[in-house]
Amino acid sequence: MFTIKNYVMANTIEDAYRLLQEGKSNAILGGCAFLKLGAKRIGTAIDLSKLNLDQINETEDTIEIGAMTSFRAVETNEALNKYFNGVLPRSVASIIGIQFRSAVTVGASVYSRYGFSDFITALLVLDTEVELFKSGRIPLDQFLQDGAPRDILTKLVIKKSDIKASYQMMRNSAVDYPILNVAISKGAAGWKIAVGARPQRAALAMKAAKLLDSGEPKDADIEAAVNTAVEELTFGSNSRGSKVYREAIAKGLIARGIREVL
Amino acid sequence: MRIEVIVNNRKIEMDVENNEFLVDTLRRYGFNSVKRGCDTGNCGLCTVWVDEKPTLSCATLAVRAAGRHITTIEALQTEAKEVAEFLVAEGADQCGFCSPGFLMTVLAMKKELQNPTDEEIKHYLAGNLCRCTGYVGQLRAIKKYLGVA
Amino acid sequence: MKQVNQPISKLDGLNTTTGKPVYTDDLAVANALVVKILRSPHAYAKIKSIDTNKAEALSGVECVLTYKDVPNVRFTMAGQSYPEPSPYDRLILDQVVRYVGDEVAIVAAIDEKTALQAMKLIKVDYEILEPVLDFEHAEGHASVVHAEDNLEINFDIGMDRMNNIAASCDMGVGDVEKELAESAVVVEETYYTQAQAHAMMETYRAFTHLDHAGRLTVVSSTQIPFHVRRILSRALQIPKSNIKVVKPRIGGGFGGKQTASVEVFPAIVTLKTGKAAKLIYDRKETFSCTTSRHAMRIKVRMGADLEGNIKAIDMAALSDTGAYGEHCSTVFSVAGYKTLPLYNQAKATRYKGNVVYTNKMPAGALRGYGVTQGIFAMESAINQLAEKLQMDPAELRERNMIREGESNPILSGSKPGKPAVLASSTLDRCIARGKELIGWQEKYPRVESGGHKVRGVGMAITMQGSGIAGIDTASVVIKLNEEGFYTLLSSSTDMGTGSDTILAQMAAEVLETTIDKIIVYTADTDIIPYDTGSYASSTTYVTGNATIKAAEDMRRQIIETAATFMAVAVDEVEFNGKAVAALDGTKSMTIDQIAERLTMTMGEGKTQLIATGSFGGDTSPPPFIAGFAEVEVDKLTGKVEVIDYVAVIDCGTVINPKLARIQVEGGLVQGIGMALYEDVRYTDKGKMETNNFMQYKIPCREDISKITVAFESSYEPTGPFGAKSIGEVVINTPPPAIAHAVYNAVGVNVRSLPITPEKVLLGMINADKA
Repeated sequence: MFTIKNYVMANTIEDAYRLLQEGKSNAILGGCAFLKLGAKRIGTAIDLSKLNLDQINETEDTIEIGAMTSFRAVETNEALNKYFNGVLPRSVASIIGIQFRSAVTVGASVYSRYGFSDFITALLVLDTEVELFKSGRIPLDQFLQDGAPRDILTKLVIKKSDIKASYQMMRNSAVDYPILNVAISKGAAGWKIAVGARPQRAALAMKAAKLLDSGEPKDADIEAAVNTAVEELTFGSNSRGSKVYREAIAKGLIARGIREVL
Repeated sequence: MRIEVIVNNRKIEMDVENNEFLVDTLRRYGFNSVKRGCDTGNCGLCTVWVDEKPTLSCATLAVRAAGRHITTIEALQTEAKEVAEFLVAEGADQCGFCSPGFLMTVLAMKKELQNPTDEEIKHYLAGNLCRCTGYVGQLRAIKKYLGVA
Repeated sequence: MKQVNQPISKLDGLNTTTGKPVYTDDLAVANALVVKILRSPHAYAKIKSIDTNKAEALSGVECVLTYKDVPNVRFTMAGQSYPEPSPYDRLILDQVVRYVGDEVAIVAAIDEKTALQAMKLIKVDYEILEPVLDFEHAEGHASVVHAEDNLEINFDIGMDRMNNIAASCDMGVGDVEKELAESAVVVEETYYTQAQAHAMMETYRAFTHLDHAGRLTVVSSTQIPFHVRRILSRALQIPKSNIKVVKPRIGGGFGGKQTASVEVFPAIVTLKTGKAAKLIYDRKETFSCTTSRHAMRIKVRMGADLEGNIKAIDMAALSDTGAYGEHCSTVFSVAGYKTLPLYNQAKATRYKGNVVYTNKMPAGALRGYGVTQGIFAMESAINQLAEKLQMDPAELRERNMIREGESNPILSGSKPGKPAVLASSTLDRCIARGKELIGWQEKYPRVESGGHKVRGVGMAITMQGSGIAGIDTASVVIKLNEEGFYTLLSSSTDMGTGSDTILAQMAAEVLETTIDKIIVYTADTDIIPYDTGSYASSTTYVTGNATIKAAEDMRRQIIETAATFMAVAVDEVEFNGKAVAALDGTKSMTIDQIAERLTMTMGEGKTQLIATGSFGGDTSPPPFIAGFAEVEVDKLTGKVEVIDYVAVIDCGTVINPKLARIQVEGGLVQGIGMALYEDVRYTDKGKMETNNFMQYKIPCREDISKITVAFESSYEPTGPFGAKSIGEVVINTPPPAIAHAVYNAVGVNVRSLPITPEKVLLGMINADKA
């Protein structure tokens, strides 16, 4: 059973940050859907609900998603459905149920860098930056590698473009966690292939994507890219699937995603 | 901590622990329609409305409900009975334990979706588990209730 | 018929559905002590020392109980008629803990927070023992799960305790080895069925208190009120007369609540403290500290001649009962008893094997009760035999299956030398109709559906029973109230199925009234006569027959009373439900007038009409189902989607077509869950991994597409209005029919449930390599 010693509704982001630094056991509250699964002993629980961070804003060249935005809001947002073939709404649509998605927040999901995350995999094939209160903006893939200990993720900033994208995943029961997820995109800067729930967190298959960049990929190019992706990424086993199975379906899902984007 | 919550349009002052979830608070204050079916946010039994939105009360810290409007099925008996009559007419009301949460989601869906397809209905309601009926009878009933059968 | 065979709505439907407080926890008093259980972190250990001083000293703690505080008398939690075939192998708390989650201490406190704090203050020192975790290596394992010498059995169930064998079974007819040797074609395969969780939405719970006379009152979400009373009496060593068990509405059972998993814990707290107490299991405890379906391994050998005449069926089985033996011998034998008679043309059949103890959560009763396991093995083997014979699997079944009027020595009701006759079956029509509904001729075995998808169809048949012959018994009381409405008292336990409504329909049919005139009151062991409870597909058949008898008795009493009142001979009046009238038309009394005169009018009637009916069957007539699955398999991922499931059912007369249909749909989906998603898994240390809905996936509504249900009713002469059961038989066909459909789609034969995408895809890849 987790415990919370103090609960504070932060009035400003500065207050929230200061409180977070005051004690090692202090923590920012996200959607709290996973809180009761653990036995965390939280000193001060800091609530960002009043900081207006639950907005999705479209600017001239970006879409900004506030940290407290729920997955349900991502799923139903007009702009996010319009851009990138709706890859972000599609990525979150199978997560448990609408009530759960109403609770889960974008910020906590990305900050926690969960391996099984559907959302992170989709974000990875877009031009996504993570905005942190103290460290400022950093590219998502760098953030996924390095993390940002004891900072506050305030929003995600996605560059608008005519990127075409596809989201593929394998779940057994429809609302189970994914056994594997794949996002593919193609834009002016080339192709991107992201694979998550391997079961490790999502990563880009850079070499594989390069193989697609020279003109319109043929069947042979796709096959080469698929094989390369499976070689360059690591796969593992957990209770949902073995390494062998994940490698086998990765090929199918990546190929399916590439063909959808073509 | 002492919080003020508006439950079913009435202001209530509640004493809550910092690590308490709304489902337990609501039951403690006599809103017995709210059922707890799991500990992981998967079953949907505890669904109530927070500011009109269907929400898992088992994943909502009670302290975060301060100042919010909470609606349980106790306050929506007329609307709930309308849905229930279709479920009962279909025979798709078995043990009934999942029903309050299910109905809260159905009522929210009715406000949100216009003429939904089967797939849209199933997707909207996917977070509400039922072990008795096998779902298809519920779908027949809900479609009749929505007038999309 | 005006009431029976009508789609009548459930009596309690509107109220349960709109959230009225009618379940156990809704009825518990607010100041009840909160009971929590400290559980073993080890799969097998002995408590060397346990220190509860600090916990007891905590303010708000009412009691902390350990093995030192409970009676040293072993009992079973299995809800079965006395003398139970399940071994008396557990104590309320034992010094030896036999699985991760086994009870170590009971804590009762004024609130949950205090109880949880107290649990942390209990210090336990364990001697860790080597656990038995693999049921295939349990027999003769160096560790003995039940080494204690005060374990009791009521009769010989084939227990060999020191070899970890809880029970064994050996049944059959004819010379299996000879017939197999003479068979032109033999199939020999081994099948595995997994442990399955009931996953009812209302977790286990009970609330206890002492009544005005100091007697223990137990309010429990249970399928078995009278068995709970008897189990508590033995476990707590108090007379049955000092215990009352009440069952409110139940939030689902599926056989789980046929085991008294929780009642004993708050009960002992109430006895020790004199205070009201309640125990609500959370989902994790419900998954990992109660019971599941018995996991089984069944090796089938099946022989036939080239024309497809089955000569022999041999099933060698092994079952995992976990740490305790609830339902171990009966689930095991039923896997043979209710599968072998299906193929009556076989000259020799045998079912043989052992049930073993392991250091895992106990297994118990779950819808299907062994038949589900046996049918997966047998029907999968039949499908494979058809493949080998290059014969349509429906035709192979039609050639060999039992038909109405045939006798079979393993069929329920058989006596040595006198095989029972199957009195009702339309299984042949079920198969024919099912083939039409699924489109068998066009779709068997497979249709490419474009892209990476392929569709296949598969089938299975099954039977079950209707109550337990010679054991299940029910008594029903009907009283006529003062305004001409009736109260029907029964201790059967509607767990959502609508059985209360069905009993009301039967009574209303006999009494020629409508169900709004019948109050159904269940279940209270102080007030209501005995009923074994709602399990073993018994309520419609057993309690239904008792209801008819009680209603007929009431009808007779009404006629006799009215005749006396009107001074007319009994054979010169008739009763039409509303009034008793003299045949010559001269006199008439309405039922309201009769009732008033019997009760409210001073000094006149003096006798309230109370009718009773009791029933216990000599036979357990089997319902039948032909199940057909159409699946679509994604060849890139191995994912299986059931796009149509057709079940055609012979449950005799359908008492309530609307409720029966939902019973079928719900059972099929539970069977689809077992086929595709559900799996109770343990770590290599014996800790259950799948102890929540995040890891244990029951089907969600997006997993379910089309379900097609049709009835082909036979008329069962011993059944109420010709009815047989429906509760359990519905779960049996999906695992083998879906496995068959997957095989027909992609050529992979999955013989170990569940049929995961991984097994399918890797099977395809390996087949390509080979």
